[in-house]
Order: sequence, then C-alpha cells, then structure tokens
Amino acid sequence: MSASTIIFYILATLVVVFGALTVFSRKIFRAAISLLLSLTFIAGIYFLWNVDFIGALQIIIYVGGIVVLIIFSIFLTHHSGQSLPKAKTGKKLLSGIMAVAGLGFTTWVVSQYVFKPAPGVVPVEPSVHNIGIQMLSYSDYGYVFPFEVINILLLAALVGAIVIAIKKSQDTEE
Amino acid sequence: MEQVPLSHILILSSTLFFLGVYGFFSRRNLITMLMSVELILNSVNINFIAFNKYLFPHQLEGIFFTMFIIVVAAAEVSISIAIIINLYRRFKTIDIEDTTTMKY
Repeated sequence: MSASTIIFYILATLVVVFGALTVFSRKIFRAAISLLLSLTFIAGIYFLWNVDFIGALQIIIYVGGIVVLIIFSIFLTHHSGQSLPKAKTGKKLLSGIMAVAGLGFTTWVVSQYVFKPAPGVVPVEPSVHNIGIQMLSYSDYGYVFPFEVINILLLAALVGAIVIAIKKSQDTEE
Repeated sequence: MEQVPLSHILILSSTLFFLGVYGFFSRRNLITMLMSVELILNSVNINFIAFNKYLFPHQLEGIFFTMFIIVVAAAEVSISIAIIINLYRRFKTIDIEDTTTMKY
C-alpha cells in the first residue's frame, strides 16, 4: 500500500465518521461543526486526487459560505444548550431500514459490476487553465450556455432570498 | 502507481448518501434536514469526480457537473435559510411537526 492509498482510507473514515455525527448528534451546534469537518475532509480527498480547483471551491463555498450560513441561522432560531427532541421510534426505524436496504443494494451492485476505463486516451490535466478555457468556449463541448444559465439562477436566488426574508413592516401597520 | 479501486470510492459515497437519507427522514428540525441534504449533494460530487478521474480522464465533464452542483447547492441553501427564518418569525419554531397551518 502506498502512502496516498493509506491517506485516502484515513480521510474516507473521517468523512464517514463526521457525517454520521452530523446525522445522529442531538445537539444541533455539534451537528453543524461535524458537517463542517466532514466537508473539509472531502476537500482533502479532492486535493489528494489532484483536482485542486474543486477542492478550493469546496472549501470556499461549502465550508466558508454554506456552513457559516447554517451556523448563523442556528444562532437566530435556537436557544443555546438545548438538545433536540428525540425522533419517533417508528420514523427512526422506517428511515433506518430504508437507508440500510439502499446501502446494501448499492454495495451489491457496485461489487458485481466491472468498471472499464476508456481505452487508449491521453489524460487531460484538470488545471484551472483547462477548466477556464472549456468553461467559456462556445464551440463543441463548451459550457458557456450553462454558465450563463447558472448566472441567472444565482441572481434569482439572491433576489428571492431577500424578498422572502425581508420584514414587511408596512403590512403590520395597516 | 497502484490506486484505490473505484468500487471503494463508490461505497464511500453511497455510505455518505444513505447517511444523508437517514437524517433527512428521521430528523424533525428543518436546519438538520438541510444539513442532510448537503451530505447527499457532497456524496454525488465525490461520485462525479471519481468517475471522471478513473474512467474518462481525457475529459473534464465530471468537474463541470461538480461545479454546477456546488453553485446550485449554494443557491438552494440561501433560499431555504430565508424560508426558515421567515417561518421562525411567524411560528416561533422550526420543528416540522408544529408548523401545520397549511396541512390538509
């Protein structure tokens, strides 16, 4: 076993352990911190695979943006030190059976299937240079149209978040 | 150089996916459900990157799909946090069992 293989298995274990803590923890703040650590270790896996740009995006957007937003909303909506109410046993049992059955089925399918890599190809370096050129090219296999669509989506999300969360003070005065 | 077999990576991502599924169905709090959705989206991202790296290294499509999923996840989280805060202002709780005004 080479060092990178060992590092991968360590990172994978940490990702799964902190993901499980996110799901099972009864303290909501601990769940958020476990989510943060799990996402950071996923970024570590990306760095191990040499997809630096995606790892950087993962850290900037997920860890720096999304988790911080979730922690802020926890501060706004929860009293500190309070643990969450227990889930109903029937619901827990149902979702547990669903998850275990799904995981077993997926593992069985994956272990049966033989994956064949595309034969005789020259690998492309997933560098920022290559990604940027393909992202903004409007020839075949260029991604300029989805890029523009995602721009519109982000603008709509920005406006929508403000419209939903704004306090309607004039409505209460009437 | 020997590599981790692809099936192990797929088992890692499906474990993460079904942890997210379990959390989504068993939790009652909206914010923890949102965290479970984040876990699900991340497992899908790992899958895309692994397939791109192992099976089709001459293309970059998996990386593009991962980038778009990250952007959509950011938009989704901002909208849902806005909804959660609005809900909290109206009902003083974000437990899904208590907000039953529009049920039935």
